[in-house]
Amino acid sequence: MAGPAALAVVAVLLPAAVARVLRRLLRTSLLLSLPIAISALLINLFFFPGGATLLFSLGPVHASAEGLAFATEVLARILTISGAITLFYLTTPASELVLDLEHRGVSPRIAFVALASVQTVPAMVERAATITAAQRARGLDTEGSLWRRLRGVVPLAGPMLLGSIADVEERSMALEARGFTRPGRRTLLWWPPDSGRQRLARWLLVAAVPSLIVARAAGWLEWLG
Amino acid sequence: MLALESVGYTYAGAGRPALHDVNLELQDGEVVGLVGASEAGKTTLCLVASGLAPRSMGGTLTGRLMLDGVDAAPLAIHQLGERVGIAFASAATQLSGVSGTVYEEVAFGPMNLGLPASDVIARTDRALAALRIGELAGRDPAHLSGGQQQLVAIAGLVALGPAHLVLDEPTAQLDPAGTAMVAEALVRLAADGASILVAEHKTDLLAGICARVVALDAGRILIDGPAADVLGDPRLPELGVVAPAARRLRRAARDVGLPAATLARLEEALA
Repeated sequence: MAGPAALAVVAVLLPAAVARVLRRLLRTSLLLSLPIAISALLINLFFFPGGATLLFSLGPVHASAEGLAFATEVLARILTISGAITLFYLTTPASELVLDLEHRGVSPRIAFVALASVQTVPAMVERAATITAAQRARGLDTEGSLWRRLRGVVPLAGPMLLGSIADVEERSMALEARGFTRPGRRTLLWWPPDSGRQRLARWLLVAAVPSLIVARAAGWLEWLG
Repeated sequence: MLALESVGYTYAGAGRPALHDVNLELQDGEVVGLVGASEAGKTTLCLVASGLAPRSMGGTLTGRLMLDGVDAAPLAIHQLGERVGIAFASAATQLSGVSGTVYEEVAFGPMNLGLPASDVIARTDRALAALRIGELAGRDPAHLSGGQQQLVAIAGLVALGPAHLVLDEPTAQLDPAGTAMVAEALVRLAADGASILVAEHKTDLLAGICARVVALDAGRILIDGPAADVLGDPRLPELGVVAPAARRLRRAARDVGLPAATLARLEEALA
């Protein structure tokens, strides 16, 4: 428990506070990890093998203190991981990341695919909402029981898929017409500035990975739990 | 000048041609409208005139696409973009999706060409000025109106410096205000010397911006002439083309036998 918690404070919460995204980070990462966190909590609390200290019983299942301790540790890890991912998302504009990658020699096509995939998500969500509204207007029941909702997915999937394919075809033609398939390097008008302190921080992080692996293997980090 | 010489085109896997023996010339500075029912071949003609068919989608082309007197056949697709630009109905799908600002979006094409940064900037500035969207330069393209997005998409083409533009229903998804924005921009681009082919169902728009209109039917050019004549041609309804509202109103007024003075006032208002 102490290890993941310390990591969360040092690597996630403090940087988020410095970047002034702490509140958004907490809200987003909690929402992201809530489903898996609840399931991990319930499973470990009630079904932890070797749970000897009874806390309470719910019908045929029994919550143990050992299960609660393990569940807490798992939760801390899940929240740390989701927090780290959310922190990256909140502090790194995708367009800047891709420009930087391209500046460092990554193929523009790979960079484009990476960025376009991210940017396409809001458009897909908007399209799904439009199709859902259109299908509802024609009497499709997309609310109510789980079975009704599942049945409602079928008429949405067709238009969603076909519309996306048509969009991809038109988008690829538009890209070709704008010289995207030209061999050779593109001109970049700008790329994110990279300071000496940022470079130093990156190298320290890279160096920290093997150091931590060695320390863990040697048993020097047992005190973290 | 953009010219199609005896052009026929068959899509890959299709049993019959989508275009037959099409001959069409666009002079510099000329705006030519393209009308016809759905499936008449308008989109195919646009794709062939822009060089995307067959390069991008396969299929078989007969005849020639000539750009300023040069056969376009040997040109690679990225080389074509500097000679002829094509815009589609959906503004959103024409945007690269990777630009955070309108400026970057318009610069996307010149950047792809690998031009010196100063040239990219000069072309981008010129395109923004030509479309009169300089004030949008810092905005996120994803958060513009449909009309503004279409102007950005056209500016992105103009930044490549083509002498010819092909637009396949560029206002199909736009409201009247967006349609007017695009129409004004096309007139300005033509005044600067671009030859422009516009496929449209909105004949009112074509009546306002085109000197000449071509009507397609089943992949063949059926009528080609001055816009006023073609848009008043009695065969248009048979081709699935709705005549401009003003023409229909005039015809209806005559048919019901409005008094001459009322007709004159109506003509005055529609002029």
